[in-house]
Amino acid sequence: MPVIIDTEENTVIARLSGEIDHHSAKSLRDDIDLAIDRHHPKQLVLDFDGVTFMDSSGIGLVMGRYKSIKPYGGSIIIENTGAQIKKVMRLAGLDRLAVIK
Amino acid sequence: MKILNEIKFTFPADGRNESLARTVVSAFSAQLDPSAAEIGEIKTAVSEAVTNCIVHAYRGTSGKVEITVRALEGNILYIKIHDSGCGIPDIEQAMEPLYTSAPEEERAGLGFAVMESFMDKVTVRSIVGKGTTVTMKRKILSAQNDT
Repeated sequence: MPVIIDTEENTVIARLSGEIDHHSAKSLRDDIDLAIDRHHPKQLVLDFDGVTFMDSSGIGLVMGRYKSIKPYGGSIIIENTGAQIKKVMRLAGLDRLAVIK
Repeated sequence: MKILNEIKFTFPADGRNESLARTVVSAFSAQLDPSAAEIGEIKTAVSEAVTNCIVHAYRGTSGKVEITVRALEGNILYIKIHDSGCGIPDIEQAMEPLYTSAPEEERAGLGFAVMESFMDKVTVRSIVGKGTTVTMKRKILSAQNDT
């Protein structure tokens, strides 16, 4: 299971795990978008604690979810990123779209 | 530069092989004693190059990706990733950060930017209709720098 989704009031929490690349990003995108469509959350938390690898496909994933949540006035919080993942996110300037903790 | 060791492997441009390709390169690089951070960066650069082959070079078609990895004198890792796909008409534009020809697939347009920031040298040669070759070099400092 690459993503476990929890919902609390206005928040969808997606706990990601494993390796995020072009191949795995597609099913993550579908699962998270399904939860967004269902709950119209004000906030989306992406928890990277279980993610062992991420390339720029993960950037596309976050940018795409920003678009999905925007109609509901939602914001994105990114949690528990390791050093390698943080480096890729910083390179992309992802901190302009999301709060990176 | 003297080649101390070399492997070559070829695989179909299939998404399932993205993980395989970066894992093989990372296993080969172990002989240069890289730090965990260096391994992470090398894997990311390889993943970007292989994804480009799948998403762009062989878009909607199938084909082979060929990877050559060398350990060079001076503790340098050399990686060559070759496809026989559609080729890149404008390499400069393709390498521009945030430029992508595949926004509908949520590509961020950062593949080459990631390769360039994680490797010391990235060279792209491409002929439209023939294919693309990306070569990357990285001097491996040492695992002793790991914190």
